[in-house]
Amino acid sequence: MALKGRDIISIKDLSREEIEEVLKVAHRMIPIAEGSKIDRRLDGVLLALAFLEPSTRTRLSFDTAAQRLGGRTITIADPATSSVAKGETLSDTVRMLSGYADALVLRHPNEGAARLAAQMSDKPVINAGDGAGQHPTQTLTDLATIQEAYGTLSGLRVVLLGDLKYGRTVHSLAHALALFGAEIILVSPPSLKLPDEVTEHLDQMGARVHEEEQLHRALHDADVLYVTRIQKERFGDETEYAKVAGSYRIDNAVLSGAKQRLIVMHPLPRLGEIAPEVDAGPHAAYFRQAFLGVPVRMGLLSLVLTGKGT
Amino acid sequence: MAAPRELKITPIKNGTVIDHIGNGLSLEVLRIIGVGDLDKDSTVSVALHVRSQKMGWKDIVKVENMELSPRKVNAIALIAPTATISIIRDYKVREKRPVDLPEHIVGVARCPNPNCITNRGEPVESEFEVARRRPVVLRCVYCERQMDDFLAHLI
Repeated sequence: MALKGRDIISIKDLSREEIEEVLKVAHRMIPIAEGSKIDRRLDGVLLALAFLEPSTRTRLSFDTAAQRLGGRTITIADPATSSVAKGETLSDTVRMLSGYADALVLRHPNEGAARLAAQMSDKPVINAGDGAGQHPTQTLTDLATIQEAYGTLSGLRVVLLGDLKYGRTVHSLAHALALFGAEIILVSPPSLKLPDEVTEHLDQMGARVHEEEQLHRALHDADVLYVTRIQKERFGDETEYAKVAGSYRIDNAVLSGAKQRLIVMHPLPRLGEIAPEVDAGPHAAYFRQAFLGVPVRMGLLSLVLTGKGT
Repeated sequence: MAAPRELKITPIKNGTVIDHIGNGLSLEVLRIIGVGDLDKDSTVSVALHVRSQKMGWKDIVKVENMELSPRKVNAIALIAPTATISIIRDYKVREKRPVDLPEHIVGVARCPNPNCITNRGEPVESEFEVARRRPVVLRCVYCERQMDDFLAHLI
């Protein structure tokens, strides 16, 4: 497997076989992530975490992943206190960090930042989110969650719900689901539909994609419900937002018509899209999904930094 | 007997003829060529709205004493994909070819996404790959945004 030394910028850079390898290694990392097994394969490795846009969750999951495997980290957690605040270019920041560390994890507010960083760095760069662009480790985590629940990614019916226009996680996830032959059902308000270029891309991949206006009809027979945040700032007026947000709120009544095995996923943090009453039920998978972010990143770090899968 | 040819633009000794430019696009082609960069003795001729068997109507630009850089040819290919470029040396056509869009286009157009890293003062040139050829759609290799409105984004 040729992930050693590779940049991980977009899920599209990974083949189906490479994604499967990451998921396989991630699965083996679960007991280490839980602390019930010790593995120090990243002993002596130094990872730079450059979070030039604040993101506590993703930063801590990478930090945890590295440290669970015996690696160490140096961190820019707040751009306001770093040289970036003095106007340093990303290119210079990346060149400096690639001289210090063995690999670089980058979060940045501008789309394309990770691709640029990969050009400037002679060490591997892992994209931890670039603006509204790519966030491949989130997609890998989403896939790991589905894989763990069903043992496969192929042939499943996956409902993508909510903001399909701006939600970056959805575009990458749709690509990956298409790669594995899952069926994709889109449910969104008309103003937040999947952009044409994403739909065209999925068509070119030969994906099975269709739209469904009624959530309850989409949920019938669905294996996965992937809920996204609907952000207030995307709407011109408050009442329109309230209407849309209200119509996509998931609670036990909405889920009553779904299959027993249906899993509900959400990239978190949620803003009321899923009622707290769902948390204790059989469908809630979003906290497991959040946990799996750690073993997935452990698996990826292991493959990129050491080439070791087992 | 063939009808006498009417020469609307006089021949040039050395330089470049850009023919088969889409009707009305010659002024954009001039902007790409950068007329200000020419030496002061060079003549630039522009013919607008010329009858064409192939195209109905077309524009033609002739520039003396200048051969176009690959970058300028790429820019012309973007806005005038039907254009042909002839290199004239000593009044003779030495080379004639249609413009051809390469797979990667560097430094010719700005990414339309204002939040793209290439628009944020980094020491990097814009770079696009061809997402579709007919009609041409480009994709930014950095932010993956697609673009088909080239006129507004030429550098």
